[in-house]
Amino acid sequence: MSKPPPNADLTPLPDYRQVLQPSPFHTRLVEHCPLQNWMSWNGYQTPRVCDVLASEYFAIRSTCSVMDLTPMEKYRIAGPDALKFLNRLVTRDVGDLKAGRVTYVVWCNDEGKVLDDGTLFHLRAGEYRLCAQHHQLDWLLLSSIGMDVSIQAETHQVAALSVQGPTSYALLTAAGVVGLDQLKPFGILHTRLRVFDLMISRTGFTGDLGYELWVEPAAALSLWDALFAPAQQGLFDVRVIGLSALEMARIEAGFIVPGDDFNTAETTVRADHDRSPFELGLDWLVNFDKPHFTGKRALLRERARPVMRRLVKLRVSGNKPPMDSFLYDAEHGRRIGTVKSQSWSPILKSNVCLADVGYSNGLVPSQIWAEIYYQKELEWRATWAECFMSEKPFWAHPRRLKTPPRNF
Amino acid sequence: MTKTGFVGASKSVLVVGGGHNGLVCASYLARAGYRVDILEARSAMGGGAASSDFAEGYRVSGLAHILHSLSPQVRSDLQLDAAGLETGDSIDTIALDKAGQHITLGIDTLAGGDLSADDIEAYGRFKREFIGYAKALEPLMMNKPPRLKDMDRRDKLTLAKLGWQLRFGLGKDSMREFLRIGGINIYDVLNEVFDSPLLKGAIALDAVMGQHMGPRTPNTVLTYLHRLWGETHSRPSLPSGGMGSIAKALERAAANAGVSMRTAAKVQRILVVDGAAVGVELESGEQLHADIVISNADAKTTFLKLVDSSEFDAMFVHRVNSIRANGDVAKVHLALDGLPKIVGLSVEQLSQRLIIAPNMRYVEHAFNHSKYAEFSENPLLEITIPSIADSSLAPPGHHVMSISASFAPYALKLGWETQRDAFMQRVIAVIEQYAPGFGAQIIAREILTPVDIETQYHLSGGHWHHGEMAIDQLFMLRPVYGAAQYDTPIEGLYLCGAAAHPGGGLTGLPGRNAAQRVMRATEWRP
Repeated sequence: MSKPPPNADLTPLPDYRQVLQPSPFHTRLVEHCPLQNWMSWNGYQTPRVCDVLASEYFAIRSTCSVMDLTPMEKYRIAGPDALKFLNRLVTRDVGDLKAGRVTYVVWCNDEGKVLDDGTLFHLRAGEYRLCAQHHQLDWLLLSSIGMDVSIQAETHQVAALSVQGPTSYALLTAAGVVGLDQLKPFGILHTRLRVFDLMISRTGFTGDLGYELWVEPAAALSLWDALFAPAQQGLFDVRVIGLSALEMARIEAGFIVPGDDFNTAETTVRADHDRSPFELGLDWLVNFDKPHFTGKRALLRERARPVMRRLVKLRVSGNKPPMDSFLYDAEHGRRIGTVKSQSWSPILKSNVCLADVGYSNGLVPSQIWAEIYYQKELEWRATWAECFMSEKPFWAHPRRLKTPPRNF
Repeated sequence: MTKTGFVGASKSVLVVGGGHNGLVCASYLARAGYRVDILEARSAMGGGAASSDFAEGYRVSGLAHILHSLSPQVRSDLQLDAAGLETGDSIDTIALDKAGQHITLGIDTLAGGDLSADDIEAYGRFKREFIGYAKALEPLMMNKPPRLKDMDRRDKLTLAKLGWQLRFGLGKDSMREFLRIGGINIYDVLNEVFDSPLLKGAIALDAVMGQHMGPRTPNTVLTYLHRLWGETHSRPSLPSGGMGSIAKALERAAANAGVSMRTAAKVQRILVVDGAAVGVELESGEQLHADIVISNADAKTTFLKLVDSSEFDAMFVHRVNSIRANGDVAKVHLALDGLPKIVGLSVEQLSQRLIIAPNMRYVEHAFNHSKYAEFSENPLLEITIPSIADSSLAPPGHHVMSISASFAPYALKLGWETQRDAFMQRVIAVIEQYAPGFGAQIIAREILTPVDIETQYHLSGGHWHHGEMAIDQLFMLRPVYGAAQYDTPIEGLYLCGAAAHPGGGLTGLPGRNAAQRVMRATEWRP
């Protein structure tokens, strides 16, 4: 039952005066970040905005964006019980996830409340990588009691770039990547570029065509240079982006961020301040027909009750940002929720947001209005804006699914 | 007991483990009309209460050796007396003193030694007070532990009864005193009340024996109260024929109730289909099916070994995995060529319960070793010589001595394989200090370390009580939150052993309460 501790990180600790850790791409990254607008992402020095936010956003939507993905929490899961462990961990059935495929998963605590979400990569037969928003090692180890499975935190051992946008396929092909034409969405390609091994997955957080590139940290700069070589010949508009541009794109795509759009179960103190997959609108991720998973009994009980609240996608009328707005049911005049993440969507010419909305007795509120506070030359004003619920993501371009992708 | 609308008669039950609680639980259910089978891994029923030969012609109770807490309710419900239960002669406790100034501790009387009149008077008061506290906890002992959230009607009733007992059973002053000391350590309390170091050492032994606790450990008042609960209704006794005779009586009562029993039938795993228990698989590969499976095994065995842990939620498994259940008591059996000559002790007194714990400092120092995974240099001893009352246990003129010795930590730093004799030598050396020449009287010897107890009795960690009786592992937290009302996350799987409330000791109450829980859960009203 006892298992060796996860591999200790043997890389030397950064200088104590260096508050944020530079990623393996850092020396190249800084060349693209004249704003020096840094923030911490899992302790890594990460750009909030590199240059011009609007240009970065439109690189995602119209050309090609590159983002440093290294800080994302990554865990390597292998061993005889790896699949059994994963299927017990997450709510969806990953038993049929073939080697070379990726899927989106959430996992819950015993009470059926979501701890975190992420993507699960079946790298090679029996070998998995789980990417998570927050640190999950404790929970993964705790979930492995009684199972023959090895769990290693590998955040610092894998360098990753996210290449997203309509021309991402064309750029990678021009950079010399072979075999990308047959890579389907959520597929994994193991290949070589120049002198290093490269893993490419057709995944992303933007609701558009895009890829994620995974290499050893030692190969990070070579990968970066290979990627930017075509651009230096003036063939492509490739922009390095920060987290602010990604935030806009992910809200448009309707992707949620644990900790922003809902309080994760682990950090929740007050009763009912955590959220179940049902309450997050992730019903499609819960499979009761597979072997037991953590939270199953609680979720079965919850399913039998009427829906009490839901994280919904709202299109907000007007041009005022519904930041932290209260939401009202106009029919009954009741306050029913709050806006969690919101953004102006330049491509849709609309305000869009993710909002936590109460359903009284399981009934979907018919008329939702947001109470918006905004400033005009340092003077606060208030206004109301009607909201329209959207079942589908605000942005999900069909080109993201096409194989082979268009060579723009 | 069968009544209209009750479907017990059509339900089949498998009880995993034929220890005393398994026997009690099975008997209750069989009397209510369930079809009950007990599967016992060992060659005899009775678990820790069974007797065994440790050398040719010398017989002792295997684990428990003093009867001090069998519930009178269980005794009458199951008609144990008709099944041949003989509790034997009641015994007092004698705290040994090297100079021969031994003290005899009765229920509320003290005798011998150089006790002050104050101590004698205080002892009576102290015991009456403490037995009162133990009595006040009775509503908790006799019911499933109430859930604090989503209480049902019975939970409210239990809490109401408990509240009534504390407030009006004890009275205002006693209740206030109980609330003051309920969670603290026995060391402070005894220092407040008594002067005699020997007396304090003797009471401290009762508070810590069987636990991983010293007198200064918080919570030792509560463990003492648990120990004392038996004295609310009967006196400790040495059953003739050893504890095995109690096991035999329980076995006969079970047979009378219609329970069928199989020995040498070790359950390998509990079969679970779609989150519900459907039967068991034996070591032989044989599968048996039933509507209800009740595990008398400890929580770690049940939830981590018998059922695949992936059938449970992760945090639940973590809680089970974190239960503190490492035993700290070794059992030593000695065959003697005659009665030991303890200075200042008559033959009549030798048949009582003898303890060696000269003062609280001695007890605390003994515990210190255990904290660092060593056995005690000078262990605490609880000694009985059952062959005085029952000469069939040893050849004529010879005797057997049964000793519980603390502290002998399960996870010994140097490992028990090489250390078992060394600890036995320490035990004998300590007795030698009170009975010069004792070592030469020993003909045969046996030691059961916690590791032996684990393997021979299938008890995780070799813990007497299936887990520390600490306040965070008691009542609605026993064995863990999520399985504290005898039912478990697996539908149709129940716990009935000392792992469940109210815990260890030969009370029969976990078995009784579990049976009641099963009956209520399967009650059917048209």
